[in-house]
Amino acid sequence: MQHGKYRFIAGFLAVPLGLYALFVVWPFIQSIYYSFTDWTGLSPDFKMVGFDNYSRMLDDDIFWKSLQHSLLFALLLPLVTLGFALFLAFMINVGGRRRKGGPVITGVRGSSFYKIVYFFPQVLSIAIVALLFAFAYNPDSGAVNSVLRGIGLDSVQPLWLGDPNLALWAVMAVLVWSTVGFFVVLFSAGMASIPADLYEAALLDGADRATTFFRITLPLLWDTVQSGWVYMGILALGAESFAVVQIMTTGPGGPDYSTTVMVLYVYQKAFRDGQAAYATTIGVALLIVTLAFAALVMRVGRRERLEF
Amino acid sequence: MKTTETTAPVPAGSGAPPTRSRGPAGEPARGKKKEGTTLNVFSHGVLVIWAIMVVLPLLWAVMTSFKDDASIFGSPWSLPDTLRFSNWSRAWTQANMSDYFLNTVLVVGGSLIGTLVLGSMAAYVLARFDFPGNRFIYFLFIGGMSFPIMLALVPLFYVVNNMGLLNTVHGLILVYIAYSLPFTVFFLTAFFRTLPSSVAEAAFVDGASHARTFFQIMLPMAKPGLISVGIFNFLGQWNQYMLPTVLNTDPDKRVLTQGLVQLAVSQGYKGDWSGLFAGLVMAMLPVLAAYIVFQRQVVQGLTAGALK
Repeated sequence: MQHGKYRFIAGFLAVPLGLYALFVVWPFIQSIYYSFTDWTGLSPDFKMVGFDNYSRMLDDDIFWKSLQHSLLFALLLPLVTLGFALFLAFMINVGGRRRKGGPVITGVRGSSFYKIVYFFPQVLSIAIVALLFAFAYNPDSGAVNSVLRGIGLDSVQPLWLGDPNLALWAVMAVLVWSTVGFFVVLFSAGMASIPADLYEAALLDGADRATTFFRITLPLLWDTVQSGWVYMGILALGAESFAVVQIMTTGPGGPDYSTTVMVLYVYQKAFRDGQAAYATTIGVALLIVTLAFAALVMRVGRRERLEF
Repeated sequence: MKTTETTAPVPAGSGAPPTRSRGPAGEPARGKKKEGTTLNVFSHGVLVIWAIMVVLPLLWAVMTSFKDDASIFGSPWSLPDTLRFSNWSRAWTQANMSDYFLNTVLVVGGSLIGTLVLGSMAAYVLARFDFPGNRFIYFLFIGGMSFPIMLALVPLFYVVNNMGLLNTVHGLILVYIAYSLPFTVFFLTAFFRTLPSSVAEAAFVDGASHARTFFQIMLPMAKPGLISVGIFNFLGQWNQYMLPTVLNTDPDKRVLTQGLVQLAVSQGYKGDWSGLFAGLVMAMLPVLAAYIVFQRQVVQGLTAGALK
């Protein structure tokens, strides 16, 4: 298969690689370079300023707030989402009533119905979900407070997105709502591929469901959980958190910067304030946080791979 | 942990859980296994509550889209007194939803085809041919999956602007393709590696060129993979919010997600809320309907990457 091989390879790679290099790789390299300049983005003139942007960033209170929120997103959101998804997936796959003569471990009735419904938010745009919940959180006429009134909690009428102490949590709840279903389906697929004999053996030895979960299901599912963790963390640091914070909270960035995240701050500095160089500096910080997060999860989560 | 199709989901029906349980159906044990029953009730309770929490906001949006502004504000949970389809037609014509739909269809149509063609070409070469730099190019593509896109978007805006592609449909298409390539190449490279090489070799011995072998033999064989990654990219590109927000600022060129958000922002507090909800539901329904029809493929497409 040597005949014309290299010409073929070059011909097939040229366009995709060229497009990728021009629109993805080159801007990444440029933005690291720009972070050492005083480029405004508005005029083509700029000069090198060394680490000025970086020292400015370290003195910037809003940057620290956004970093804090982004870290909270990256650490807490995967924990809550994956934990809850694991719980639901376990209920779906193992929580079923034991039937005489049937398999030891069964899924609940209607397990596929649950999986279909839980997956709904995953196919919707995060922008649409964010808009929908921005209305639902409206203090006077929103669905949430109206439910609270309906069940007699007239005195509990939070401002939600308008309350600096609550806004961040309200935003995070939306991200949990929209991503849990994906992981339920993902983990269900993984759980279904765990051989039933393992469960049978454990049950014969007198293990209860909780033990089964922590000793069998979780270890055998660990690879999926770990890659899900990285995936969720990257989403929570990047595009998803940008959409929810930018669309849902006032400013955007929330009352008193209470919901601003790094990715939103990059956007605002570059396209609202005309400080492109400083924006790329924050972007570099975001890059470092993202890579450190992925490395940390990989490192902490490393276990011996179990074959089954 | 390599398959996602262990359970063949039952179609959703009209909302009631399918009555058939999966697995060999045995006779229900009557109250014998205490633990099994309690757990069963508990797990069903949790699962039902979450299902309601997923569906309720969506139903609320559908309901609200038929009400007039006064009752949206006055009683958020009351049923509409009449079905005001005028909300929908107003959103479609006056609020430019028809334009946003058309723009989205154009952009996603172009970029989906481009992504699949270019992605499979690159993936095929990377999966099937040994040449110096193969690994480097592969990891260059893969690296794009974990980098925060916002960092690249700051210079990208000016790259696109300098090329005269800002606020154009084809410019947006090219950028969508470039940012869809990392996952597409990653997924399809793995897929092409699993295909048997004997068929391609036979074709090559018979005198087919490399390109012809690819288009006439390998591409048809890769159809399942192309469908999965195609669905993944379709949803990703249809729901895309961050890229158009940065690169597509011309009001006439707005895509669906952007258009809706702009609509919500410009409405303020005395705008046409019912029309806005109609637009929101209009944007949600096609995707949800397509998901319910093709749900097995959609779930496979979206979870495939994370399970690899």
